[in-house]
Amino acid sequence: MSKKNPEYDFKWCPGCGDFGVKRAIEWATEKRNIELEVPMENTVVVAGIGCSGNLVHLLDGTQPFGIHGLHGRTLPVAFGVKMGNPDLNVIIVSGDGDFLSIGGEHIAPQAQRNLNVTAIIMDNGVYGLTKGQSSPTTFFGEVTPSTPYGKIEQPLNPLELYLSVGVNFIASGFSSSPRKLADLINQAMSYDGFSIVHVQSPCTTYNDNFDILKGNAKKGIAPVTWEVSDDYDPSDRQKAQQLISSGGIPLGVIYQNPDARSLDSRFAEMVQKVKVGDLEQQMNVFAI
Amino acid sequence: MRNKDFVVRFAGEGGGGLVTSAELLAQVTAQVGYHVKTFVTFPSQIMGGPTFAQARISTEPVLSYGDQLDVLVAFDREAYDTHQEEVRDGGVIVYNSGDFTLEEDGKSFGMAVDDLAKSTGNARAANMVLLGAISHLVNMPENYLPEFVTKRFTRGRPGDEEIIKANIAALSLGREEAKNSGFSLGDLEDPNPPGFDQIMIKGNDALSIGAIAAGLDLFVGYPISPATTVLQYMERNLIGPGKFVYQASSEVESINAIVGGGFAGKRAMTSTAGPGFSLMSEGLGLAWMAEIPVVVVDVQRGGPATGLPTKVEQSDLLAAIHPAHGDVSLPVIAAGTVQECYEAAIIALNWAERYQGPVILLSDHGLSEQAQNIPKFDLSKVVPERRKIYEGQNGYERYAGLEVSPMPIPGGPGSYVANASEHDGMGDTTHLPSRHIEMTERRFNKLKLLEDDNYEKENTDAPVAVMTWGGSKGGTREAYNSMIGEGQKIGWYYTMQLNPLPPQLLEELKKKELVIVPELNYLGQFSSILRSQGVKAESITQYDGKPFKVEDLIQQITERVKSHNKELNRS
Repeated sequence: MSKKNPEYDFKWCPGCGDFGVKRAIEWATEKRNIELEVPMENTVVVAGIGCSGNLVHLLDGTQPFGIHGLHGRTLPVAFGVKMGNPDLNVIIVSGDGDFLSIGGEHIAPQAQRNLNVTAIIMDNGVYGLTKGQSSPTTFFGEVTPSTPYGKIEQPLNPLELYLSVGVNFIASGFSSSPRKLADLINQAMSYDGFSIVHVQSPCTTYNDNFDILKGNAKKGIAPVTWEVSDDYDPSDRQKAQQLISSGGIPLGVIYQNPDARSLDSRFAEMVQKVKVGDLEQQMNVFAI
Repeated sequence: MRNKDFVVRFAGEGGGGLVTSAELLAQVTAQVGYHVKTFVTFPSQIMGGPTFAQARISTEPVLSYGDQLDVLVAFDREAYDTHQEEVRDGGVIVYNSGDFTLEEDGKSFGMAVDDLAKSTGNARAANMVLLGAISHLVNMPENYLPEFVTKRFTRGRPGDEEIIKANIAALSLGREEAKNSGFSLGDLEDPNPPGFDQIMIKGNDALSIGAIAAGLDLFVGYPISPATTVLQYMERNLIGPGKFVYQASSEVESINAIVGGGFAGKRAMTSTAGPGFSLMSEGLGLAWMAEIPVVVVDVQRGGPATGLPTKVEQSDLLAAIHPAHGDVSLPVIAAGTVQECYEAAIIALNWAERYQGPVILLSDHGLSEQAQNIPKFDLSKVVPERRKIYEGQNGYERYAGLEVSPMPIPGGPGSYVANASEHDGMGDTTHLPSRHIEMTERRFNKLKLLEDDNYEKENTDAPVAVMTWGGSKGGTREAYNSMIGEGQKIGWYYTMQLNPLPPQLLEELKKKELVIVPELNYLGQFSSILRSQGVKAESITQYDGKPFKVEDLIQQITERVKSHNKELNRS
């Protein structure tokens, strides 16, 4: 139950990765507001359906605007919000099911447009809210309520997908390091174009892969995640491809296109160049 | 006797020539003061396929497309076979003898259109040869066409004079050919040029101008017949400070994008047709639930599924009112004429702003593809409405109470969550039974704001009335006029506002013994809605992909009235 609203009856499970993501978003937006001297009402959080989307109702402190829409449709809604008012800071909060499965069709078009919004994807490799079914990032062979005899499809590599469809800013983070995550979110929000921060955010109830991600020496488990080295140059697309293909889950800024321009700036430029008559003149085209 | 009215149809393989011919004829006759309506129908393919385009030219305002043809221009054998039955007794068929030959039948004559065009030195002048021939058949004053051609091609370009000369030569050639054939349909009565400025415009363009006049800010759409021309109009013209227009990647994206735009404070719209409208169902539910003003234009075509993409049908009404799952009843406005496409767009945008929710604007393939000369719109009369905007402090309950409440706009005060799930006053998700009751009632209560009493009524004493909707208005009105002229007792009701219906109109309709509803669908969709609201309504249905013929309507309405009277006498 949220502090600000006793009627709201949703809650994350204890230890859910999404708590860390929430904290990181709070820190990142607060920092942005101070640096740019803008109020919190300048930010709009577009939420998808799933545990991740509920983040929009759970934020502490001064509230941003929020729109908690349909399953899979965060990007189209964010597109309308941002192009309706390009001065707004638009953040998407979504999960692997919402963003990559039902919403997968919307990633490529926004990448091509370079829509200037930041998508924060909480990947727990499972459909948590509907109680544990397999998602696009669930591992091969995994037994879930919807794959009772083991999953027979390969898991999706989200970073590879983003890079291949032309997303211009790609970062990879981990909910257990909220400070680092906040820094990635700040970089993404200040990037002039479509940015995705893909976050490993374990589900403690249905897919507790924390040890696999972080490693556990006591249990003899090697970590799957690893930090990108300081001298890595994220502006090189080929190197980003190599990084993603080199195994495990790299953490840090994976790719940042230095040359891309955002949709709103290109649209504004086009509008400045085009001369359109007023409505009376438009009507006169049909005069007889 | 001089003729008041001519219908000329050009039929053959599609590709543009036919449509250009009909549109040129319409332009010429409209410029000299006739009332004109064109109609085009074609298969869903880029080039070719059986197509026809026609123009109805009259000394009086044109209501329907015209039941029978005075002139059929058949470019090929298939066109002749398909359309020749619709030529009235005494009408004339001009066929392309370069393509096929007919035996002498006393009503047809052949012209080798392409060869004639070539002989003028301009192979593309076939249209002009035909127009020349038609001008003789209807005995149009000889100067109309040459003057029109001169005006049209005087563009200040080097080749203008030559083009004008070649076209006038083609016109004369066609005229001569027709003269030599011996056929004539008699004089066309002199026009009564109207005393106001006119435009010749199609429904989709009129609708687009109306939307912009009402203050449209943001348009996102996806190409689909027959709504594409709205998207194209917007792409070209919805340009300016604070405006945004874009072609989306799907209708799912379109609807969600305009919801985002409406949430951000913009007057937002999309246009689509049946299949796209189906894809928008869930997004319309979101707009209804989260109380976000948006307008969705559905230019109806034949359905269901992919259906008949380029034919006329009015079968989306029930879907327009109840597009989404759950308890919804969306406001629906249906345009019935080209003029009304403009007016309906203004009402739709204003309604969306007023009650803060989605509004459906229904048009149809017939309206989208017909050009008509109508008075120029008086833009100064448009009064765009604007939603109530919240300007207070933070901590505001945006969804409190049963009445429409001021809407906070991102960037301003009053942050809240616009929520597709059931929510409390702040927009946070809740499952409390009392909240679901309150919010459901709130959403329906807001519809009362749209109960404008705008409707047409005539002969209200008659116990039986006719009430059509949408694009069947013109044909039904022509049938009604004819029946009244013959002394039949029947009333006329009409409104663009199909949901909610104007309350006074509903009261009047409930008092009728019978309300006859001509509509182009199988189910009798509008009459079922009227019946559900306590009106004794019966449909006259048609579902062949074509508009009603006036004669058919007269016959069917008369039969319904007769059988109703018989039943009365029995009881």
